[in-house]
Amino acid sequence: MRDLVVVGASFGGWIAAEIATKTRERLSRLVLIGAVGAKFGAREKSDIVDIFATPRSRWEELSFRDPAVWLRDYESLPEEELTAMARNREATALFAWNPYMYNPKLRGRLHRIRIPTLFLWGANDGFAPIAYGKDYCAAIPGAKFEEIADSGHFPHMEQPEAVARHVIGFAGDRPRRRGDTR
Amino acid sequence: MRIYHFSEQPCPDAWAPEHKSLRVILPSRNCDPRVMAENYHHRLDEWMLADELGLDIMINEHHATATCCCPVAAVPLAILARQTKRARLLTLGYPIANRLDPVRVAEEFAMIDVISRGRLEMGLVRGVPYEVPLSVRSAVGQMDRFWEAHDLIIKAMTSIDGAFDWQGEHFQYRNVNVWPRVYQQPHPPVWITGRSPHNIREIAERGYVLGTFLSGFQTKDLFDHYRKACADLGRPAPAPDRFSYLGIVAIAEDRKEALRRAEVMVGYLRSSGRVAEPFGTPPGYFSVKDAARMIKARGKRTTTTREGKAVDTHHGAIEDLVKAGIMSVGTPDDVHQQLAEFVDNVGGLGNFLMMGHAGHMTHEEAVDQITLVAKEVLPRLQKPRAASKQAA
Repeated sequence: MRDLVVVGASFGGWIAAEIATKTRERLSRLVLIGAVGAKFGAREKSDIVDIFATPRSRWEELSFRDPAVWLRDYESLPEEELTAMARNREATALFAWNPYMYNPKLRGRLHRIRIPTLFLWGANDGFAPIAYGKDYCAAIPGAKFEEIADSGHFPHMEQPEAVARHVIGFAGDRPRRRGDTR
Repeated sequence: MRIYHFSEQPCPDAWAPEHKSLRVILPSRNCDPRVMAENYHHRLDEWMLADELGLDIMINEHHATATCCCPVAAVPLAILARQTKRARLLTLGYPIANRLDPVRVAEEFAMIDVISRGRLEMGLVRGVPYEVPLSVRSAVGQMDRFWEAHDLIIKAMTSIDGAFDWQGEHFQYRNVNVWPRVYQQPHPPVWITGRSPHNIREIAERGYVLGTFLSGFQTKDLFDHYRKACADLGRPAPAPDRFSYLGIVAIAEDRKEALRRAEVMVGYLRSSGRVAEPFGTPPGYFSVKDAARMIKARGKRTTTTREGKAVDTHHGAIEDLVKAGIMSVGTPDDVHQQLAEFVDNVGGLGNFLMMGHAGHMTHEEAVDQITLVAKEVLPRLQKPRAASKQAA
């Protein structure tokens, strides 16, 4: 695998950013959608809303511009799906309980990312605020920032077409390597 | 039979009905340190009286709450280690899976054991769910961490030939070398709280004292898990001193006054259960199956056994709480009878942990309760039981 365009959203964006600070051998482009993982704000306050201190009834409200669309009938969800949700929540705690949603070393390493990087951020993100996204973008040399209208923390779910358009446009204008015949 | 006097050392003036959560997020602005100083002094005086009258002493700890204003059990334990003469000093207990530093725990315990000349009873607990949001460590893998911390504490206390290294999964140290050497050899007695059959088996295998809190007449099942584990291992049936139970006592010379005291104590129970919803269900604390069920209920209180029990404990009427074995209320005769019935029901109990002070109860009332229990209830419970009653 070569010339990969890596796209990561939220926690996945954190992982993608970590990879890109370590190597660009196989990467050509990086797209970070509502990414977490670095710390920019004051020590006394979490940059990202603490999901573990948020009442269960407010999860959708934090995550989506229009929570009503995404509010599911949890009563009738199949057991496997509820189990997967519970396991995901455990995994989130395992990786991001403390420090909450960041690696203290990542911010200082972001300057090492030397591939074209695009940030996509839901204009109505109630979980990772847009100002946080802009700080993140400013820490990566040459990175671009695009707001996705009518979207919360998961633009790829709420506005999949707009996100796809941005990703394809960004990936499409990558420079070909010499000898690349594709 | 031993009776341990216990108070959560609350700060009852700090709560008002408008506070949605008395735990985790309640601002300490609500705590008047001058009032709290009085409270601490009164509670310590009550424990010293318990020591004089032949009762034992139990301390616990919680964090960031007005319901139990003792975040460092080592502090009252240290004071009482010096100020009391004979009582056993039980902490039930230290939440060792939430602690970052088990070696420090071993050092605190060792000093308290030596200062008290060997009176420490070393209680270790997993801790309630709403302690997890206050911890640096999440609840994922909490029991694994609990047992590793336990192993390290015991090894640190029993290693007397110099330093050792610890390279575990959860804790790593170089040059562990605890001073002073513990007074009780090889180490102070260990107590652990348990509810699940699996956990109780782990406690039984090690021969530790099982701690149970407010589980009422369901306590017999918990003790039976312990007994079964011993039988499976081919060991003799465990003695009553391997079991402990925490219940609430409201006692007075006349029933009317006892009922009034019960109301004071229950009012406290009803408010102490107020915890903002997300803090009661930290990820990793419950099994995946239970966690999935809680997601389904979207944070509403569910009707599971565990949750159901909590509701009963915090909202039940006094009469029901007495029937359930959670409270003992009445004259010394009444309380003796209720406790004796409870002891029979669970098949023997060596340690009754008495919440003898709670909430707005005054110092004078607590003194009266401790005196009545020590003089009129404990001696009768310690007498050999009539065999006919067991058979009946």
